[in-house]
Amino acid sequence: MQLSRDQLLSAYRRMRTIREFEERLNVEFQAGTVPGFLHLYSGQEAIAVGICEQLEDARDYIGSTHRGHGHCIAKGVDVKGMMKEIYCKKHGVCGGKGGSMHIADLDKGMLGANAIVGGAPPLAIGAALTAKTLKPGGVAVPFIGDGAANQGTVAEAMNMASVLKLPVVFMFENNGYAEFTAASYATAGSIEARAKAYDIPAVTVDGADFFAVHEAAREAIARARAGEGPSAIEAKAYRFWGHFQGDPQRYRAPNETKDLREAKDCLKHFRSRVTEAALLEDADMDAIDEEVLALIEEAVAEAKADPEPDAQSLYEDVYVAYN
Amino acid sequence: MSKKTYREAITEALRQEMEREERVIIVGEDVAGGAGGSAGGGEAAGGVMGLTAGLCTQFGRERVIDTPITESAIIGMAAGAALTGLRPVAELMFADFIGVCLDQVYNQAAKFRYMFGGKARTPLVVRTMIGAGMGAGPQHSQAIYPMLTAIPGLKVVVPSTPYDAKGLLIQAIRDDDPVIFCEHKGLLGSQGEVPDEPYTIPFGKAAITREGTDITLVGISRMAVLCNEVADRLKKDGISVEVIDVRTTSPLDAATILESVKKTGRLVAVDEANPMCSVASEIASIVASDAFEYLDAPVKKVTAPHTPVPAAPNLEALYLPTPDKIEVVIRDLMDF
Repeated sequence: MQLSRDQLLSAYRRMRTIREFEERLNVEFQAGTVPGFLHLYSGQEAIAVGICEQLEDARDYIGSTHRGHGHCIAKGVDVKGMMKEIYCKKHGVCGGKGGSMHIADLDKGMLGANAIVGGAPPLAIGAALTAKTLKPGGVAVPFIGDGAANQGTVAEAMNMASVLKLPVVFMFENNGYAEFTAASYATAGSIEARAKAYDIPAVTVDGADFFAVHEAAREAIARARAGEGPSAIEAKAYRFWGHFQGDPQRYRAPNETKDLREAKDCLKHFRSRVTEAALLEDADMDAIDEEVLALIEEAVAEAKADPEPDAQSLYEDVYVAYN
Repeated sequence: MSKKTYREAITEALRQEMEREERVIIVGEDVAGGAGGSAGGGEAAGGVMGLTAGLCTQFGRERVIDTPITESAIIGMAAGAALTGLRPVAELMFADFIGVCLDQVYNQAAKFRYMFGGKARTPLVVRTMIGAGMGAGPQHSQAIYPMLTAIPGLKVVVPSTPYDAKGLLIQAIRDDDPVIFCEHKGLLGSQGEVPDEPYTIPFGKAAITREGTDITLVGISRMAVLCNEVADRLKKDGISVEVIDVRTTSPLDAATILESVKKTGRLVAVDEANPMCSVASEIASIVASDAFEYLDAPVKKVTAPHTPVPAAPNLEALYLPTPDKIEVVIRDLMDF
C-alpha cells in the first residue's frame, strides 16, 4: 500500500525521535545523570512505528515491555513527559513513581511498559476484550520479545485470544537475544509456528524494513477490526545496544553491533527506499533530524531542571480510595 | 428480607450488579460451563460450586465468559479489561491457584494506580474460594489471604455471613480498586437474613457480633463464626466475650479492635491461616503496640500450625482452629 507524503514524514519523525531519544539517553546514562536501569530500543524503531502509525488513541491499545521507550513514543506519549519520567521527576508522565520500565499513558491507549517479561500480553487481551465490548473496531497490540515468547503468559494469552476471537495483534520482536542468551539457543522451534499452532495467522518480516512491518501490521489490524480474531507478526529485530546500558555484551562477536548498525539500520533503510522512489527528499528528512535533535535537547534540559517528586507523593495513589 | 444461604447471597449480588451496570462481566473457568459440549453448548454448571448459576442464561455468553483453564490469562485479561473500562468479576476457582497467576495480581493489577502516577483505575474483583474442612487436601484448602493482605494496592474481603457476603460483594464490584473477595467454602451453605434489595457494606468497618467486657476475640472469615459459638458457650459460665469480625483484612479496622481491647484488656486473634505473618499476627502486633497499657494478659493467637493442609480428616481436624482450642486459650488468659 502506497503511503502519502504526510504519512511517510510522520513515520520518519517518530522513528528518528526514538533513535535520538535512546542514543541521547545512552550519553546521559554514561554521564551518570539517569537513575535506575535503562533498556534501549535503538535498532527496532521500524517495528513500533510500523504498527503504531496505524493505531488510534481512543480505541486502540498497546502493551509494552521493559524495552518500552520506543513503543511509548510510537503510540504518541509525550516525549518530554517521558524523559522526565525516566529521570524520575515530579512532572514525569507517571509522577516519577514508574520510571523507565513503567511508563504508561492510558489516554493514548498505552497500557504501560512492563518490567515483568511476559507481563503485558494477558493485560493486552483484556484491553482487546474491552475494545470488543465497548469500542467496536478497536484493537490491542502486545509487544513481545523473543525472551518473553517463552513465558507461559504468552502461550495463555494467544490461546485465550484465539478461543474468544479477540482483536489482538501479537507483535513479536525477535532481536536475537533474551538478556545475554541467544534466541537460537533459548527459543525452540519458531515463534511464527507457535502462533499458527493456536490457529492464529502469522507471518515473519524483517524488522529493519518499515514497509514490510507496516504491510504485515495493516493486514493484521484489518483482520482484528473486522472481528476475525487475533494475528501474529514475528519481526526479526536488531538490538544495537546490550540488554541494559552497562552490559559488556560478552556474548556477542566483537563487530556484531557495528555490523548491525551498518547493514540493518531501519532509518538508513527507510531513507534510501523513499529517496530512491522519489517519495521524499533528503532535505525533508534532514530538516526533521534537526527538529528532533532540538526536541530531545529540550526534553533532557527540562527533565534535569524538573523538581523531584514531593515527599508526600510516596503515600499517594496506592488506591483510588482506601476504605 | 428473607433467609438465604451464603451461596445464594453471592449469586444475588452478582445478578443485581449485572442488571444495574452493563460493564460488569464475569470471566472464569466454567462460570457458565458447557461451551462446545455435545449437549449443545448451553449453560451446564454456573461455576464449580454453582455460584454463577443462571447468570449466563440471563446475561449471555458475552458477559459470562467461559475461559480455558488459564489463570494468568484470566486474571490478566480481567485486569487489562478493568484498566480500560470494564468492571470484571474474575473467578479464581480455588485461592490456592493464585500461585500460577500471582504476577498478574501483585505486579500488575495492584500496582497500576501507583506506578502510573495516579492515573489508572482498576475496578477488578477476583472472587476465590478459601478454607479447609472439606478434605480437599494441600492444594485446594488454604487460607492464603495474609499474603494478599500484605500487598499495597489490593483490598481483601473475608465475609463470614450471607448478609456480609452480599453487601461486601456489591461494594467490591462498585469499588474502583482491585479487590480479592475470599469466599469460605465451609460457609457456602450457611444461612442468614439477607435483604432482597441491593446494599453495600463499607470496607474497613469491622462488625461487633457479640458484645462483652472480659475478653476480645477477633475472627477472620469462618473463624468469626467459631468465635461467636465460643462467646455463646462461655456466657453460661459468666465469661463475657466480645467478638469482632474484621470483614476485610485490607483495609483492617484497627480502631474497632483497639477500642474493644481497651475495654476488655485481653485479646485472642483467631485465624485459619498459618501462624507466621498471618492476619492474627498483624492484629496482635497492633494491639501490643497501641494498647499495651490496657492489657491484663498477653495477646494470643489461635491459628493453623506451620504446615500445609492435610487431606486426612483426622489430621485436618487437628489442623483447624476449633471452638475448643479457642476456649482453652480464653480460660488461660482469664486466669492469668
